[in-house]
Amino acid sequence: MSVRDHILYLEKLTVSFDGFKALNELTLYVEPGELRCIIGPNGAGKTTMMDVITGKTRPDSGTAWFGRKLDLLTMTEPEIAQAGIGRKFQKPTVFEHLTVFENLELALAGSRQFWRVFRAKLTAEERDRVSSVLDTIGLSDQRTEIARTLAHGQKQWLEIGMLLMQQPELLLVDEPVAGMTPQETERTAELLTSLAGEHSVVVVEHDMDFVRSIARRVTVLHEGSVLAEGTMDQVQADQKVVEVYLGS
Amino acid sequence: MLDRGRTSTSTLGVTDRGGAIVLGLVVVTTLALGLATLLLPASSALHPSPYILTLVGKYVCYATLALAVDLIWGYCGILSLGHGAFFSLGGYAMGMYLMRQIGTRGVYGDPILPDFMVFLNWKSLPWFWYGFDHFWFAAIMMAFVPGLLAFVFGWFAFRSRVTGVYLSIITQALSYALMLAFFRNDMGFGGNNGFTDFKDLLGVALQSDGARVALLIASAVLLVASYAVCRTVVLSRAGRVLQAIRDAESRTRFLGYKVESYKLWIFVLSAVIAGLAGALYVPQVGIINPGEFAPINSIEVVIWVAVGGRGTLYGAVAGAVLVNYAKTYFTGALPEVWLYALGALFVGVTVFLPRGIVGLFTKKASA
Repeated sequence: MSVRDHILYLEKLTVSFDGFKALNELTLYVEPGELRCIIGPNGAGKTTMMDVITGKTRPDSGTAWFGRKLDLLTMTEPEIAQAGIGRKFQKPTVFEHLTVFENLELALAGSRQFWRVFRAKLTAEERDRVSSVLDTIGLSDQRTEIARTLAHGQKQWLEIGMLLMQQPELLLVDEPVAGMTPQETERTAELLTSLAGEHSVVVVEHDMDFVRSIARRVTVLHEGSVLAEGTMDQVQADQKVVEVYLGS
Repeated sequence: MLDRGRTSTSTLGVTDRGGAIVLGLVVVTTLALGLATLLLPASSALHPSPYILTLVGKYVCYATLALAVDLIWGYCGILSLGHGAFFSLGGYAMGMYLMRQIGTRGVYGDPILPDFMVFLNWKSLPWFWYGFDHFWFAAIMMAFVPGLLAFVFGWFAFRSRVTGVYLSIITQALSYALMLAFFRNDMGFGGNNGFTDFKDLLGVALQSDGARVALLIASAVLLVASYAVCRTVVLSRAGRVLQAIRDAESRTRFLGYKVESYKLWIFVLSAVIAGLAGALYVPQVGIINPGEFAPINSIEVVIWVAVGGRGTLYGAVAGAVLVNYAKTYFTGALPEVWLYALGALFVGVTVFLPRGIVGLFTKKASA
């Protein structure tokens, strides 16, 4: 690999469930500020890969490093989140009974200890930070609404906003446009593109048009390992990829 | 504008009208009964009977227990079906103090050993009874023992990520196991008879009007103080984290919160409140025995909260008082009907009033 520093190093990761290899010696690197799309058929290991990065699943073998200092395999989920990896779930997951503002407030970077959080008061600076994220995700007008009442697409954006509040270096986004209207999809594409650069963004997605509209670099997973990597045009021209995925 | 957003979050407003009404009624009733008892001559028709005083005192202790359950169930989604255990442990701690106050006035007249120990032919006081002759020590134990059990239990359960119905079942098992343990004579807690025949508390005879009024007032003070503590917690940012855990536990975890420690602290707080309520309950009803650990008791508490209105705090208080009033009435007038009525009430509320009785009055606020 290149001499440049990567933000995420996954090397020879293997995860098996009852003999089925969800990840098979997966090796993948992500560069700082990059917007990377991961595609692949069902069962290719996309979600398992995210589970390993965020500490939800422990691999049987292999290594996972966040930058050069943090060994993700020794860290718990909250520690990984605190270290700067934010994850968006496939299904929009927001705090339904809290307002949009409060959802973002809880995601504010800062201490997570019970006593500190209990005594926490919202500072003007934090309020500005929430407001700026509200602008980014286009929900400023909904700030006092209960999250339950938001449209599907708005919930997805709110969840992305919650990740942004944590000021993560790396954002993992699982199928952001599933179930979205074309307008919402377009808006999401703009949002994710605008985030790259300041953050590294890894998007898992099935929607090929969407991937083409945002991706600079695409990684194709198949049966738990990397099948091809390159620009959308390169991977689409790749004979192996055509066989297992795009061609079918 | 932001503050307005805050208030619309929960059914509790920043101006807590529901809480003011419900707690106001409790306080007014307490004061009225207290003043009437102390000022009116015993011959007056308006002089409250000891029965009424202890009955209301009992309701107030139950209301505090319901509040403790609503704190964890309504705000953090932890459905405990074993909170009666913490209530009973607080009660036993108080009972141990009261037993030691009996002294030579017991049937066997032993200055140190409670009657049941003399009866079992024990020669000396077991180590865990030491210190209970001092009220301050017993008072610490009323909070410490339930809190410690909740801490140990919660530490294992929440760290292993036991949630939902599985957690409910093991809380139930916890209470049941304690009941069986306390039934045994060699546990040193009076076996199936438990403790009774109490004489006095802090030197005041429990049968006196003064003691009854003081206990009723103490119960009301505990309820109001617990309410204030719970409300402070749920309105803080940590309270919003609790609601976040209730709504989407793994999201909260991926935001970097240690879900298990939030659950643990709130569970311990809830157990301490339940234990203190149990401690004030025992001298008013005059007995504590292992039957208090029976799983049905803990389930009834959940019904009070559901009937009153989960996740509002004051709804739990209202539910506890109303359901227990109905219980007093039914078990007197139509004893065989009570359990059916309770079941019907629970089903009816679940189906027709998912937000409980207080939901009837606050419908507009959250629509």
